[in-house]
Amino acid sequence: MKEKIKGSEALMRSLIREGVGLVFGYPGGSIMPTYDALYDYQDRIRHILVRHEQGATHSAQGFSRVTGETGVVIVTSGPGATNIITGVADAMIDSTPMVVVTGQVASPFLGTDAFQEADVVGITSPITKWSYQIRKAEDVSWAVSKAFYIANSGRPGPVVLDFTRDAQVGEVEYDDENYPKCNFIRSYIPKPTPSAIDIERVADMINNSERPMIISGHGVMISGAEEELRELAEKGDIPVAATLLGLSTMRTDHRLYKGMVGMHGNIAPNVNTNKADLIIAIGMRFDDRVTGNVSGYAKQAKIVHIDIDSSEFDKNIKTDATIHADAKEALQSLLPLIEERKHSEWIAEFDRPAAVERESVIERELFPQSGKMTMGEVINRVIDATEEKAIVVTDVGQNQMFACRYSRFKLPKSLISSGGLGTMGFGFPAAIGAKIGAPERTVCVFLGDGGLQMTIQELGTIMEYGIDIKIILLNNNFLGNVRQWQSLFWNNRFSQTPMLNPDFVMIAKAYGIAGEDVEDRSQLSEAIERMLEHKGSYLLNVNIDETDMVFPMTPGGANVDHILLNPNDVYSID
Amino acid sequence: MEEQLFTFTIFTENQVGILSQISNIFTRRCLNIESLSVSPSSIKGVSKFTLTCFSNRDMMERVCKQIDKRIDVLKVYLLTDDDLVYQEIALYKVPTDALLDNSVVEAITRRHNASILEITRTYVVFEKTGHPEEIEALFDELKQFDINQFVRSGRVAVTKSRRELLDRYLEQQEIRRAQIESIR
Repeated sequence: MKEKIKGSEALMRSLIREGVGLVFGYPGGSIMPTYDALYDYQDRIRHILVRHEQGATHSAQGFSRVTGETGVVIVTSGPGATNIITGVADAMIDSTPMVVVTGQVASPFLGTDAFQEADVVGITSPITKWSYQIRKAEDVSWAVSKAFYIANSGRPGPVVLDFTRDAQVGEVEYDDENYPKCNFIRSYIPKPTPSAIDIERVADMINNSERPMIISGHGVMISGAEEELRELAEKGDIPVAATLLGLSTMRTDHRLYKGMVGMHGNIAPNVNTNKADLIIAIGMRFDDRVTGNVSGYAKQAKIVHIDIDSSEFDKNIKTDATIHADAKEALQSLLPLIEERKHSEWIAEFDRPAAVERESVIERELFPQSGKMTMGEVINRVIDATEEKAIVVTDVGQNQMFACRYSRFKLPKSLISSGGLGTMGFGFPAAIGAKIGAPERTVCVFLGDGGLQMTIQELGTIMEYGIDIKIILLNNNFLGNVRQWQSLFWNNRFSQTPMLNPDFVMIAKAYGIAGEDVEDRSQLSEAIERMLEHKGSYLLNVNIDETDMVFPMTPGGANVDHILLNPNDVYSID
Repeated sequence: MEEQLFTFTIFTENQVGILSQISNIFTRRCLNIESLSVSPSSIKGVSKFTLTCFSNRDMMERVCKQIDKRIDVLKVYLLTDDDLVYQEIALYKVPTDALLDNSVVEAITRRHNASILEITRTYVVFEKTGHPEEIEALFDELKQFDINQFVRSGRVAVTKSRRELLDRYLEQQEIRRAQIESIR
């Protein structure tokens, strides 16, 4: 049945048709007609009022990462829209499906420098999959439908819909039964069919390799290929490493799981990258933090690259074979052709570097006997206390590297971090979104004193909606990661990295959020227990040794197997 | 790696903002677009870009994939001069006096296969279509008469293949569309 409704109401109806039950947002002048329409739809669309638009985007990302659904954000024009840029760029580089609706001045005012006007399509076009301005009410359903199709198909990413005020208040003949659900765009091929020739070729390479290694990336998680990954590894007896965003695609206690690759990854997969005869890269993009110096990366190995986005092939690392497809589909086609093999000797080659890492790095980080607490030991105890089943959210910096190194995972979709953009301030709002997306799971967010203060205003959101997240503040009163680099490469000149901090527990209390200071390791276990048992959010402000550094470390631009064990010693097996 | 001139033939939906999406991909990588021409293609609603850039093949292949990745881009083809029949057009405005004084008009128009579009008491407008070097040759020759104004177009090009490259892509996409609709 057709009826005349406003563009703003058409947006609500279209969102419902797209299965949206939750939006993060913040009202303002140019988006007021939409918020007025929302008033009548609050029973069907839950709106989370964040305290800053950036928080809305990161919360939407957190929600999306745990559910696989598209995160939705509604903000106003001008400053509202420019405040989402960081989250949109973050979602783009980390392949996170998100639809952001920004208000815009009425179309006759476009280009006049009207109040709160910004060129949102122009600004966001390079950092979105698609950016479109809705100027007429009759375009609303078409644009929304296309936006959701684009955001969450193929390699997911953010879409911005810039919604002019006249399109919001203008009327349209809306027909709920004939919602134009988008499932085809002729200029877009989201799900390429894996070619049989490529599959056979890759299977052949795997079957004929003696020292194969899988690197599992975010794409495995996005396509839900965790089971297929495990089957491939077990059938071919192939060791598996994960990228930062590939963490939790395989249980960390699996015998074939060999740790994380990259700058602060584990020694064994990093050095063995340069010893393997075949690298099978699945849903990852050979980021510079993974490869180090590209001309010293896996030169001895053949490279197989499986990805849904063909622009990743040969971008950073030259491939020998590719499969252009969704990871799950590619692995399903590949599995029947994989021969059962044993690579015991090769797999044993991961043991020695792992032992060296345990003795020279992990022991002193996780089990220090004296001195102030380390980030690693705090994380390790939280992981123990949550039985490796929590969703771990990190901010960016040392807290992130330690959390990624020392978290252990039994369940998939358990690590949420800003990988590509490295956005400080990401963790806190992302944890809120993650908890809303997975209310049955414990969400622990590890952050530093710098990052927390970049989005600390979201304490208000937690208070208002009674969200239950466990906030572990690894507080060293320093911008720790920059401090580490200043210490290692800039002569201990701590330029603008020490921070005078407030009493964080008091701040939390002001928002009605419980918390406590942990000054000494003797208090740590009980404090963690209190935090986990508490109903509702809880802040642990943990006093961390500011001299603590993340090791092992492949310095930027060095070869992947050139690894510092501490400021003075380089890893060597001989 | 060896640098040479590459030609991108890009087919897009006729959407606002597509030009800046494409040019951004070059700008972000510090690549200079040598020439660009955009116009409606022979297919209704589809725009055709012909863009040239001087660089190496690896870089151009990466750029090509980045362009193809934009949602409103139908298809991109990375081509070199050998694959193409191509042309540019240029207009040269020269003072009439200087030309008459030297009585060279016939010789120049013949030698360069140029044509004259307009003659007034003050100026003459020559038109030349050809390859860049031919256009530059005429420019060098007319320089002695003091060129008042000069403009040249971007490259336009057709491939040496029998059909429009896009046709096959569109046919395959129509098959896909039919499959998707039949599933529904």
